[in-house]
Amino acid sequence: MSANRSLVLRSFVVTLVAIACWMALSSVEMANATTAATNPKPADGLAAWDSVYSVLTYPRCINCHTATNYPQQGDDRHRHFANVIRGPEGKGVAGLNCISCHQEKNSDATGVPGAHGWHLAPLSMRWQDLNDRILSSAEVCRALIDRAKNHGLDEPGILKHHQEEPLVVWAWNPGLRPDGSARSMPPLTHDQFVGATRRWVAAGTPCPRSRSSP
Amino acid sequence: MTTYQLSVNGERREVDVDSSTPLLWVLREELKITGTKYGCGISACGACTVHLDGVATRSCVVPVSLIGNRPIVTIEGIGKDPVGRAVQDAWVEKDVVQCGYCQSGQIMTAVALLKDKPRPTDANIEESMGGNLCRCGTYVRIREAIKSASAQLN
Repeated sequence: MSANRSLVLRSFVVTLVAIACWMALSSVEMANATTAATNPKPADGLAAWDSVYSVLTYPRCINCHTATNYPQQGDDRHRHFANVIRGPEGKGVAGLNCISCHQEKNSDATGVPGAHGWHLAPLSMRWQDLNDRILSSAEVCRALIDRAKNHGLDEPGILKHHQEEPLVVWAWNPGLRPDGSARSMPPLTHDQFVGATRRWVAAGTPCPRSRSSP
Repeated sequence: MTTYQLSVNGERREVDVDSSTPLLWVLREELKITGTKYGCGISACGACTVHLDGVATRSCVVPVSLIGNRPIVTIEGIGKDPVGRAVQDAWVEKDVVQCGYCQSGQIMTAVALLKDKPRPTDANIEESMGGNLCRCGTYVRIREAIKSASAQLN
């Protein structure tokens, strides 16, 4: 009888210890998970940046982030027709403004894309060089977070820009070409793009290291 | 079909057209205001240029549904404007026109330029007028006329 009671007591103690260990381990795992969510690893941020970069350098975006005195158009990023030039504020020049053709909305009947405030990105936000080569991931990243170049946007400002700026959002509603076919869209959905930007910002906007020049 | 109320050269006009109809065809076909010309239909030549709320605009690519309340001024109405009058006088003075087909668009763009830059440089003229093509090659006289209008206005 006494031996049985001792066995039951021992089993009870062992069970209690097991439950205590399990709870302790679980709390450590939860704490780690919470820490990972609030302090993402730089590697996660860099992976998110890769996604952001894939969108920024897509023709719908980079065609207006030129290093030249003119915008580009088309998936082959050719020079904009009609002798359109940048102008002092990136909005063309008097008599030949961006809004001489680009209205508040796409015009699918005539194939002219449109959104509020159509204009070129400033030269400080150029994502290609004068030889039409797309800048490296590191170069674009550094420019994007440089407040001297990005019109003073802080990290939440960059996220908001990607979420709400009409010309950014337009990239996912680019309308029809003059021949009636649909313009291509960036490799991610807008939600995915914003999500990647959010993860990159949460990780502290890490930028990849520059590769040495070839 | 949709009914649109437009302000054309200071007058209220009503048209009943498909929402995708370009302004050019509303002017020419519906309102019979034919001074604005059809050149290329893709905004590449500038012959169809009108002013939309003061902005030189290619009417061949702007659907009537996107005009809203913005006033439209065409070559028929630009002479009421002092800058427009000066440009038209200079065009006559310099005998700019050859065949004339592109000239209403040239004048509308030149007026927009002079309103923004009353004393344009040669570079300003070339940049602003660079989207207006003239098959007769009257570019030299166009530049002279713009300078003449500028001198007259200043």
